[in-house]
Amino acid sequence: MPQAQGRIPRMLGGFMEWVDARFPATETFQYHASEYYAPKNHNFLYLMGWLATIVLVNQLLTGIWLTMSYIPSSDGAFASVEYIMRDVEYGWLLRYLHSTGASAFFIIVYLHMFRGLLYGSYRKPRELLWLIGMVIYLALMAEGFFGYLLPWGNMSYWGAQVIVSLVGAIPYAGPGLMEWLRGDFLMSGITLTRFFALHVVALPLVLVMLVFVHFVALHHVGSTAPDGVDIKKFKDQKGKPLDGVAFWPYTVTHDIHATVVFLFLFCAVVFFAPEMGGYFLEKPNFEMANPLKTPDHIAPVWYYTPFYAMLRAVTYPLFGVPAKFWGFVVMVAAIAIPAMLPWLDRSPVASMRSKGMLSKAMLAIFIVSFLILGYLGTVAPSAATTALAQVCTVLYFAYFLLMPWYTRVEKTKPVPDRVTVP
Amino acid sequence: MIALSVVWLSSAGFAAEIDWPMEPMEPDLENLPSLQNGLRLFTNYCLGCHSLRFQRYERTADDLGIPHFVVMETVVFTGQKIGALMTTAMDPEKAKNWFGAPPPDLTLVTRARSPEWVYNYLKTFYIDDTRPFGVNNKVFANVGMPHALFELQGVQVDTCKPRVKGCYQLAVQEGSGLYSPEEYDQAVYDLVNFLYYVGEPARLERQRLGIFVLLFLVILGVFTYLLNREYWKDVH
Repeated sequence: MPQAQGRIPRMLGGFMEWVDARFPATETFQYHASEYYAPKNHNFLYLMGWLATIVLVNQLLTGIWLTMSYIPSSDGAFASVEYIMRDVEYGWLLRYLHSTGASAFFIIVYLHMFRGLLYGSYRKPRELLWLIGMVIYLALMAEGFFGYLLPWGNMSYWGAQVIVSLVGAIPYAGPGLMEWLRGDFLMSGITLTRFFALHVVALPLVLVMLVFVHFVALHHVGSTAPDGVDIKKFKDQKGKPLDGVAFWPYTVTHDIHATVVFLFLFCAVVFFAPEMGGYFLEKPNFEMANPLKTPDHIAPVWYYTPFYAMLRAVTYPLFGVPAKFWGFVVMVAAIAIPAMLPWLDRSPVASMRSKGMLSKAMLAIFIVSFLILGYLGTVAPSAATTALAQVCTVLYFAYFLLMPWYTRVEKTKPVPDRVTVP
Repeated sequence: MIALSVVWLSSAGFAAEIDWPMEPMEPDLENLPSLQNGLRLFTNYCLGCHSLRFQRYERTADDLGIPHFVVMETVVFTGQKIGALMTTAMDPEKAKNWFGAPPPDLTLVTRARSPEWVYNYLKTFYIDDTRPFGVNNKVFANVGMPHALFELQGVQVDTCKPRVKGCYQLAVQEGSGLYSPEEYDQAVYDLVNFLYYVGEPARLERQRLGIFVLLFLVILGVFTYLLNREYWKDVH
């Protein structure tokens, strides 16, 4: 550290020395920020990790304040949400920030994962980083699922009922297991309180810890570059990567500006379209949960709909086990299979920029199928939509299962030594 | 039990497609006279059976620009206090016996359905002697509710010949109601406008605040852009 001039800087310097002798403050800051290097040509898609962290903080803070006025009981839940919307100062803002935040979280996380597919972020040496990310994604899905029951609206109730009843399709153990999960013979106040506990204590704790571990793993191996270049190959005399910029202050100033742009879009929804045409807040959820009245069309929130469409696409019973169970198996497999990517990709190159036409086409087909499935999951099923969902499900899995083949046979472009700056 | 199952069937019937050309309804929350008239109509014709159990008289009075004492004198018939929730005095157990199901709370009806739906629903009651209350509805077929605004609208009949597809005609017998058809339309508009307000009382404040928030972010964005440009000057 350079010798500080003047009284106050000298005092601060002295203070930091005192702290550093007792806690690795400066060392940690250098390791994770001022001497942590990221490729200087990071693009828009590389902002998503930072933005996901911003949204996580938003969810935690608004969630804490919502919990102060929310009542987790089958009699009180729905009324307490309306109490928050009307009688709590800025309660409507807290609630919309939280509900819009949930959807924003998934948009960002899907883009974050897409970045991984595009630039091979899951490849060696980042396998663990990718797997930790997959566990975060699972925890996030669970967090969203448990949270969605809490307003105790009619769609909350029936949506949760449909998902929990999937477990009932498991042969032999199913019905008992389903009762054990619900804590009752039907969705009830008992289910609500346990979902509440999981949503506000257990899963946030798990998420925060996993995100921390995700950071630790990332800072150990470093970010990928869009070109698939390893920036640690070329360093100057001081050991600074030639194509890297320090996280502090360069990446941070980028990220701060990105945060403001993101917040603009986010707040436009929060303040002007919090229901987002019924996709972020569904219409039947403005009616209180009613075990006697099924909504005419039950659909989960949009971020689960691709997997819900795959679940419904399975219509054949096999080995005497009902189709519902196999649909459940397909759904779980669809959620879990991206975890296999580090071992499915046999390409000599990491980035889509160097991969061949086959990889590019398969990724495009995969994305289109995923989007179509997402749409199909929101609409009432018909023979035609089910057939389309079946095709898209096959294409979804083909992207993963054929990867060892098509990444090996295609012709790839050579990877450049240095990053390309547009 | 029979009555209950009738309502069950009818609510299942609602789930079917609405066979009626829906008129558009554009709510206007800045139109205070309309909202005030809506409140008046609601307390006179609806609150007897339907509650607004998440909405308070005081909040309503303040948002609609009505002095508290006026609300206490003209709107609160139940001896409640100004800060009370707008609950109905009807006993839900008895209501269940009378109608087959207790009349639903209407605080969020415009959000659960839509302002258009409620507007068209209130305009399409027509005489049908086969129904327990003598009326049926075009938007909510076989609904278990009487025509609460009957004295205002008068006798409305379906003038299509039976089982003619694609015919959508309702006509009011002249002079049978207190209001002319135009006045009735306006009354229903005011009532639905009021229910739209009740669905989300903070809506106007949300939009007003939203403009300031977005403007602030635009200005902040200029500075963060310049900050970013300043730092990245060093990067080649």
